[in-house]
Amino acid sequence: MSMQETIETKLKETFDPVHLEVENETHMHNVPPDAESHYKITLVSAAFDGLPLIKQHRLVNETLKEELQKIHALALHTYTPDQWFERSGKAPESPPCLDGGNAKIG
Amino acid sequence: MDVLDRIKEQVESNPVIIYMKGTPQMPQCGFSSRAAEAMKKAGVEFAYVNVLADPEIFENLPRFADWPTFPQVYINGELVGGCDITLELAERGELQKMMQEAAAKKEETS
Repeated sequence: MSMQETIETKLKETFDPVHLEVENETHMHNVPPDAESHYKITLVSAAFDGLPLIKQHRLVNETLKEELQKIHALALHTYTPDQWFERSGKAPESPPCLDGGNAKIG
Repeated sequence: MDVLDRIKEQVESNPVIIYMKGTPQMPQCGFSSRAAEAMKKAGVEFAYVNVLADPEIFENLPRFADWPTFPQVYINGELVGGCDITLELAERGELQKMMQEAAAKKEETS
């Protein structure tokens, strides 16, 4: 299973998402062509209702604990179903890479 | 001093501090850059630590607050979040308020 599929499967199982997007953004960065290092996750779930952002992110970090050991960067956008509706279903763009700490790519 | 004590001392003695890759003037990571920019826009003074220049902190900060990634923003000694949370709070107008309150609190006690 690719890293992307693993991430998707785990998040689906844990959060029963209303909306889930896992994007491999590795191509935006200066790494070897087959690297699986930079991901962006947009996750909308009722599991986040009433939780502050830091707790929402902690839940995701915990779920992807093993994967986070291997990947270099994760852009994470979590929303409750109501917030997602208010935003008309759009998550912010990820920043361009500036090459810092590139040696950490495994 | 033990590295975790050193981090504790930093987050407690600075009302607002960011652990980032590079510096606010010369960030070396897109995520760190964006978080620092949002903090600069808030117009409140903040401290920073360049984790690329301090390998001990780079290695140990993730276990300090059980947060796996950089940057990390602390206000009043507590982890607020990484880049995405900082930006989200800035967008909602909450970041500036939190930073201002933390700075004011520090003024009172010093």
